Order: sequence, then structure tokens, then C-alpha cells
Amino acid sequence: MNDIAAKVLEGDPRSIARLITHAENTSPLAASQMKKIHPYTGKAYVIGITGVMGSGKSTLIYEMTKEYRRQGLKVGIIAIDPTSPFSGGALLGDRIRMTELATDNGVFIRSMGTRGMLGGLASAVYDVVEILDASGKDIVLVETVGVGQAEVDVIKIADTTLVVLVPGLGDSIQTIKAGIMEIADIYVVNKADRSGVEQAVAELESLIDIACNDKDRKTPVLTTIAKQKKGILELVKEIENHKNYLKKTNRFQAKRRKRYEAELVEIIRKRLMNFIFDESTFKGKVESLIDQISKKEVDPYSAADEILGKILK
Amino acid sequence: MNEKIRVLVAKPGLDGHDRGAKIVARALRDAGMEVVYTGLHQTADMIVETAIQEDVNVIGLSLLSGAHMTLFKDVTSLLKKKGLNDVLVIGGGIIPDEDVSNLKKAGVSGVFGPGTHCDDIVKFIRKNVKK
Repeated sequence: MNDIAAKVLEGDPRSIARLITHAENTSPLAASQMKKIHPYTGKAYVIGITGVMGSGKSTLIYEMTKEYRRQGLKVGIIAIDPTSPFSGGALLGDRIRMTELATDNGVFIRSMGTRGMLGGLASAVYDVVEILDASGKDIVLVETVGVGQAEVDVIKIADTTLVVLVPGLGDSIQTIKAGIMEIADIYVVNKADRSGVEQAVAELESLIDIACNDKDRKTPVLTTIAKQKKGILELVKEIENHKNYLKKTNRFQAKRRKRYEAELVEIIRKRLMNFIFDESTFKGKVESLIDQISKKEVDPYSAADEILGKILK
Repeated sequence: MNEKIRVLVAKPGLDGHDRGAKIVARALRDAGMEVVYTGLHQTADMIVETAIQEDVNVIGLSLLSGAHMTLFKDVTSLLKKKGLNDVLVIGGGIIPDEDVSNLKKAGVSGVFGPGTHCDDIVKFIRKNVKK
């Protein structure tokens, strides 16, 4: 059991899968094993794929993966779907579009539920990226939940972020929504055989023209028809261009540093939340404070002061 | 610790009827489980590799074509060959009563035909899942 990290480094699928489960369950074993594999990480290039529901993210990932496999690269795929906030269950259906990859031993696919995380990612996704990286994958593709407008956490983990859109999404006001339209390193207009593709590309390009970030690089807009394998090679090349750009302008290390910052914050957040809400000593105190708040015997701010005071003393 | 039961719902073979599988997948989700649904036309290889990568506790196979004796057994024997002894396998679909005991011998622990209440499947999984 304690050899699980060593076996992950050898690329053993069952050990990879098991360690991911431990990470998702925040088991004590996960922490000890993650410590062991960290020195072997940092080699995989991480690509985030986000975009509206039904834009064809899974199909795009399937075709991109086939192209990377043709180039002899090993690929890890993390496909995230929402966890129900009511039942805690999740229906993870991204593999439907990728069935042929199931038996390719150069590809490892893991479906994850968000398990209460907002922002389009799953809490354990940082661990899963490290595990796949350590297991020898050259490319890790992270598919977020189908986003509305605020699920932008993928930029914390990805080296290159693709925002996938489809023609006919609505007028240009809709596309200036804060957040989702600010995170793209590359825009992909998929399903480009539909009508309205020229308008979608033109609107995106005019948006990019009025944006003021990264003056030395203009965010490219690509069109693809993933189902017909069109535009995939160009997309893979554009990702390579972005990678080279990051390295040339010394932005690559800064991106990685941001990922580790987000990962550290997430580990601390999880541990603190577990400490306050799961530990038997604190749970009772929290419950009684909630009762007191309900009865107006104490206000929520004072209750928070009391709990945090106990931790920080 | 925050453990969830993970279930793979798969349709082996050449059978395009996935309404039942989808209803069961939804019911298991509503019972708080994480359900990986892979869609139609899965081979035993695909199902077992997916079960490994997704580290599921349960595999639910659905088949209405009549080929369950072959296809369900393909999955359970491949699981044995790969050493996945801690995965609970259940099956559903149009399964004649006389096949049930043979399937159980082959490692399909529970068989649920038409008219099964979803709650019974949930209860069966909770009771028999190997942690």
C-alpha cells in the first residue's frame, strides 16, 4: 500500500487511479503519497478546456488526444462534471465522446465531480494533475464543467487555456461578460459548419482588439469542426506557439507559480474546513453557535470570531 | 475523509436501448453516488479499462439483446484476469430467470430485471459494496 507513489511513477494505471481516489477523499494516505511524487512533477504541459455547455469540448479533446498520440505523446485527461449540491451525487458523462481512447494504454482518463467546488474545477484537480504528470503523461487536458460566465478557475491550473464557443451564441454584449471572456489564451469556435461562424469570429476579434492585456500577443481565434476532425492540427500547433511564447517571455514560470499558489491555498482551505466542521471537538461548538444565531442570542460575526479565536490562539 | 461510492454504468455489445441504464444512472446519482456513464457499444476491454482508470466500486451492466450470458461473463472473467476482485458487478435488462443463478456464479452479484424499484438497486449496492 505504501508503494503506491512508486507505482504511480512507473505509470501503473491501477495505482494512478487509486491515488486519485485517495486525493478526492482527502485521505491521510493521499497527503503522504503526494509528498513523495511532487519532486517528479512539472514536466507535463497542462491545457485547460472550458466553454459553454454543448460546445463540443469532449469531442475536441478526443480529437486533440488522437493527434497527440500520433505525435507519440502520452495524454492524461481530467473531465469534470458538476456534483449535485443536494444529493452529493454526480453523473459523469464525458467519456461517452471518448470511448475509443479507453483501451489506449498511452491515455488515462479520469472523470471527476466538482464535490462542492465552484469555479468549474474539482477540489482535488491539482492533485490529479500532479499524479498524471508524475506518471509520465506529456500532456494533461483538463475539461471544466460547462460554464456559464463565472467558472474561470481553470486558468489557475492550465498553462494554456482554450475557451470553446459555438456560432450563434447571441449578440456581442453577451460575449463581453466579465470573467469567462478574459481567460482565453486561444479562442476556439467549434461546430464551424453551422451558420453564423463568420459573425462569431468577427465579434471575438473586435473584442480582442479593444482588450488591453498582453500587447505583444494577440489572442488567436481558431475555427474547428471537431466531429469532422477539421482544424485540430492547427489548434495543436497554436497551443505549441503559445507554449513557446510563454517560455520566450518568461511567463511560463510565473504561470506555474500561480498554480502552486492556488494549490497551496486549496490544501489549507480544505484542512481548515475539515478542522472546523468535521472534527468532533469543533462540530458541537459550531452547531450550538448556529442554534444561538437562530435564536438571536449571538450574531454571525461574533460567532465567527469565537470559532476563529479558538483556532488562532 | 469524504468517501463516495463510484459506479460505472455501461452497455456492452450491440444494443441501442439505453433508457433503463440512464434511469438507473440518474437514480444512483440522486442517491449520492458518482456515476460514470460511458454510453453504448462497449467491449469488455473498454469496460474493464474504464473501471480501472475511474477506480469504481461498482460496475452496472445493462443489456436487452439477449447476449448477457456471453457479454456479462466476458466482463467478469476479464475483471478476474486483471485481479480486480474488489469490484461489485450487477446487471440489468431482459434476463430470463433461469439465467440468473448462472450469472451469479459467474460473478454478477445482483440481477435486476424490468419492474425493479430503483431504491432496491441503491440498497443492494450500499449493502454489498466492498470498501
